[in-house]
Amino acid sequence: MAKTVTVKLLKIAGSFAENKDLARDLRREKITPAISKNQEVILDFGGVEATTQSFVHALISELIRVHGSDVLDLIIFKNCNETVRKIIDIVVDYMQQSD
Amino acid sequence: MKIHLPNSAFIGNIDYFIANYFDPSNPDRLEISANKKWVSIHPVVLSMIAALSLIADPKKVRCEPIEAKSGHYLDRMGLFNFLRVNQNSNISEHESAGRFIPLKQIKNSKELTTFLTDMIPLLHLPQKPAESIRYVVSELVRNVLEHSESRNGAILCAQYFKKSNTIRIGIVDTGVGIKQTINQSHRATTDLEAIRLALTPGITGTTRREGGTEQNAGAGLFFIKSIAYVNRNFFMLYSGNALYKLLMRNPKNKRLVLHADPFRDRYSIKDNLPKWQGTVVGMDISLDATSEFRSLLNLIGETYHEAIKERRKARYKKARFV
Repeated sequence: MAKTVTVKLLKIAGSFAENKDLARDLRREKITPAISKNQEVILDFGGVEATTQSFVHALISELIRVHGSDVLDLIIFKNCNETVRKIIDIVVDYMQQSD
Repeated sequence: MKIHLPNSAFIGNIDYFIANYFDPSNPDRLEISANKKWVSIHPVVLSMIAALSLIADPKKVRCEPIEAKSGHYLDRMGLFNFLRVNQNSNISEHESAGRFIPLKQIKNSKELTTFLTDMIPLLHLPQKPAESIRYVVSELVRNVLEHSESRNGAILCAQYFKKSNTIRIGIVDTGVGIKQTINQSHRATTDLEAIRLALTPGITGTTRREGGTEQNAGAGLFFIKSIAYVNRNFFMLYSGNALYKLLMRNPKNKRLVLHADPFRDRYSIKDNLPKWQGTVVGMDISLDATSEFRSLLNLIGETYHEAIKERRKARYKKARFV
């Protein structure tokens, strides 16, 4: 397995992760390059109390659209509380249902 | 433009207020008058006035002396500062502590992030409603910043009302309005049709593609309407000449069903109001009835799933048999 990249969301997006511009930048600068190299990405939500659908959409939707649902095998969502987990589930679900 | 502050203007009677007390003609001037005895208004009305003052010529903003005893509320919410008008006050000083967010203009993402951090302590909220309010403000203001094309950004304020144990919020812009935004990718012939589409999950002005673009899914307003519905709160969306108002669901009806189509909710509409150039959102969040945000998310997920399924099905072609 290629090396794993860990992204700590709290440090970048704060305890309420809602700034979708930051989410987009994270995806473009850290997540997409790692995925392109077939590296596993750990998105560590430790300390993030809440997030928005817009933030999570900006963070991962394009990856699912471009790489298909197989990209989810390379992404691990870590330390998510129940609210964060549910929002991620919603985005992951609707992106896989989309065209 | 003229706006009159009546005795009472809340989401329940906002259509009457807009139809009778708001005149959008002559946008370079703004004249504000008020009921002489008592003024009790929703923060969304204050946000509307503040937003109008930013498009009018500052030299042509007039506010008649407020005689109503309750005028201190307008002062405390920062209206006169915002309007840059002096009120030689009949308004008595009032202690400024309390659960409210005075009028605030947010023009970029950084200002929003700072505001979200500062906002909750001002309202002294318990955790459950704080989650919902933070979510609502973040998504609505980001909508304004991304889609409204308004050079003035978002104008908002909020107030806690003790009697009803409710936080009332108004978020307003003077941008292009929902119809123009939605019509970038869809075809809405009226403001009301555009509002209906904007509230439908998975519909965004940025693309016709299911799932949206990398930055937009078309889910924000649906989430917010759902938060209002589940918690039996009022929610209003006014843009162009149309107003959609989500009414409180019947408390006897224990079964919660979210609808992807806002016209299947308990609602009222108006499509012949004076034109608001931009978008106005008002919401009441009851602190008594705030459900767990998590259980709401379950419902949202299911409804979203069904909405996409139905839209896909509607696009299926049938086999042709001869």
